[in-house]
Amino acid sequence: MISRLFNFRGGVKPESHKTESSGTPIDQAPLPKRLVIPLRQSIRSTARCLVEPGQKVLKGEHIGQGEGSLGTGVHASTSGTVVEIAPYPMAHASGLETLSVVIAPDGEDRWIDRVPFDYRKVSREEALGWLRSCGIHGMGGAGFPTHVKLGSGTGIDTLVINGAECEPWITCDDRLMRERAAGVLSGAMILRELIGARRVLVGIEDNKPDAIERMRAAASTIGDDVAVVAVPTLYPAGGEKQLIRVLTGIEIPQGKFGTDFGVQCFNVGTAHAVHRAIHFGEPLLSRIVTLTGNVAHPGNHEVLLGTQVAELLALAGPKADTDRYIMGGPMMGIELQSLGVPVTATTNCIIAASPTLFPPPPPEQPCIRCGECARACPADLQPFELYWFSRAKNFGKAQEYHLFDCIECGCCAYVCPSHIPLVDYFRFSKGEIWARERERTASDQARARFEFRNFRQEREKAEKAAKLAAKAAETRAKLPEAAATAAGTAAAAVAAEPAASPEDLKKALVAAALARAKQQKAAVTPKNTDSLSAETQAEIAAIDARREKRNTQDADKTP
Amino acid sequence: MLTAILIMTGIAIVLGAALGYASIRFKVAGDPLVEKIDAILPQTQCGQCGYPGCKPYAQAISNGEADINQCPPGGEEGIRKLADLLGREVKPLSEEHGTEKPKSVARIDEQVCIGCTLCIQACPVDAIVGAAKQMHTVVAPLCTGCELCVAPCPVDCISMAPLAETVETWKWKYPVHELRSAA
Repeated sequence: MISRLFNFRGGVKPESHKTESSGTPIDQAPLPKRLVIPLRQSIRSTARCLVEPGQKVLKGEHIGQGEGSLGTGVHASTSGTVVEIAPYPMAHASGLETLSVVIAPDGEDRWIDRVPFDYRKVSREEALGWLRSCGIHGMGGAGFPTHVKLGSGTGIDTLVINGAECEPWITCDDRLMRERAAGVLSGAMILRELIGARRVLVGIEDNKPDAIERMRAAASTIGDDVAVVAVPTLYPAGGEKQLIRVLTGIEIPQGKFGTDFGVQCFNVGTAHAVHRAIHFGEPLLSRIVTLTGNVAHPGNHEVLLGTQVAELLALAGPKADTDRYIMGGPMMGIELQSLGVPVTATTNCIIAASPTLFPPPPPEQPCIRCGECARACPADLQPFELYWFSRAKNFGKAQEYHLFDCIECGCCAYVCPSHIPLVDYFRFSKGEIWARERERTASDQARARFEFRNFRQEREKAEKAAKLAAKAAETRAKLPEAAATAAGTAAAAVAAEPAASPEDLKKALVAAALARAKQQKAAVTPKNTDSLSAETQAEIAAIDARREKRNTQDADKTP
Repeated sequence: MLTAILIMTGIAIVLGAALGYASIRFKVAGDPLVEKIDAILPQTQCGQCGYPGCKPYAQAISNGEADINQCPPGGEEGIRKLADLLGREVKPLSEEHGTEKPKSVARIDEQVCIGCTLCIQACPVDAIVGAAKQMHTVVAPLCTGCELCVAPCPVDCISMAPLAETVETWKWKYPVHELRSAA
């Protein structure tokens, strides 16, 4: 079906280190002592908590409802008791805390009632809603919700299933494809139907021959329009735009997405999760995590989401000289600030790093403008220019050089002969630009609100003035008769004469107002003792009597 | 001679009409410079510059009545941007107008609030809700941190709380590490 493959520009070939962990089958990790399930799946999306401390939950029970268009459901990964709902560190470069549900497992691992979901019988929206409530989101990179990526279901011709797994050390997708090829393809078929694509391309790097073979065997039972393609091993072939380029030859320009060209991309892990959600009615509760690096027993484990990294590491046995841990791969992963961080759906790998395996980078030296980074950049950028602008905090210029097309793959920093941590500069720049964007939105809003408040105050003032003027005019019109009724004969005599001067008019007005006030005063009588019931009146009388009595007693005592 | 005068008059009339039309058709409402300055100012509407809001201050800068270093919330960066825009020298923030502080939002101690509505009237962006003799509260996402509500409160129940860093607002740090001299 595919006649030829294409190349993307740039890329690097780091040592792959895949064999350490790819040899052993996936091991089912034991039930952890406790689970910390964050109510935030990504920076963008949060979930509303549905449980209370002390509540018993079953495996797969909803504990969080996704909020906003990007939110997805959150579930208890095993049965047990909710211990607390408190902030815990999340798997993020900042190491900051986020609200999480802590569950103490009861050891029974009791499921909710699982019912397969027949997506063919319901509307497309309902099927997407089901995936959303099952908490299905991307398991490869950024963790974008699958129901959003499935979009409107029109205009997609090719579905790309990403099994490239181009980062060194990671082998979780490799093992998944080797052991659960049928499940992955079944998920891919569901995704294809939901997105309305014609053909499915599964891209796998050619350093995983076993996975390619298993996937091909499974695909041969399905049909012609599913192709498993071996792509050349070159980091970052697993990048979405790069894989699409290699498989289809489409070069996605700046500011566009694959969907604009009829291509959508999902990770193999996501496809497998979709398969479990639809055919088994299981929400996303576990994933395969590679434990590798400086450990005694590297390998892949099926881990419940929410398992804390510290507990997980015991399975692999980190060696004594391990000095830090990396979540994700060595090129794009983040260094863990705390081992209390829980495994999430995007946690594909945890690498124990030692100074021998990952020597500390040599000191940063000045850029010599050799251009190596531009040759290595798979996004066709000029990292050295971006570096200058980022370093000088000239963010406008950095954006002009398409900073936001940078996928932070780390190729530039990998090849830099001056050992400049280029990606750190780009991340810094992006963060600053986003912060400015937020500030600008906030200040625009403040300006609009301030201007509206001023307008409102002006309007109120004008309305009040108009009301006063109208009232004054009314009084003036009624003046003769008002004066006559209020001030008696003497004033009437004055008013009867034509209002000769404004002095007289003012006097008459004052007199009228005085008369009105007097009248009002006379009309006012204490109101709260009117129309009382007989009981209350009796009570009042009793109180009065008591008071009277005491007064007389006091009076008797004083002399 | 007459032809020349007629031609010149004709040209004058035509050009005059064109200019007159253009002055109506392409009339710029307001002063574009004021808008540009206003866009740089942080819109806290705090009045620390001595003017009742960011727009009046922008007007004053444009008229040459005010200096560019009178806005503490805008800080050094604001001054730099204004200097860039107006082609002036960057100068340090004027001390009499205040100091640059981390962004904070007002918080009302709801146990103490007596519901006097004074803070509601003081708020330049209508970010405080409440009614007479009812508890008031600050709508934090709308608060600009101008501190104008703090002074009017008769029971001192409003405090300024610096904004904590969250996962949404966290930023990667500048990777350049300045060398520290050995103490």
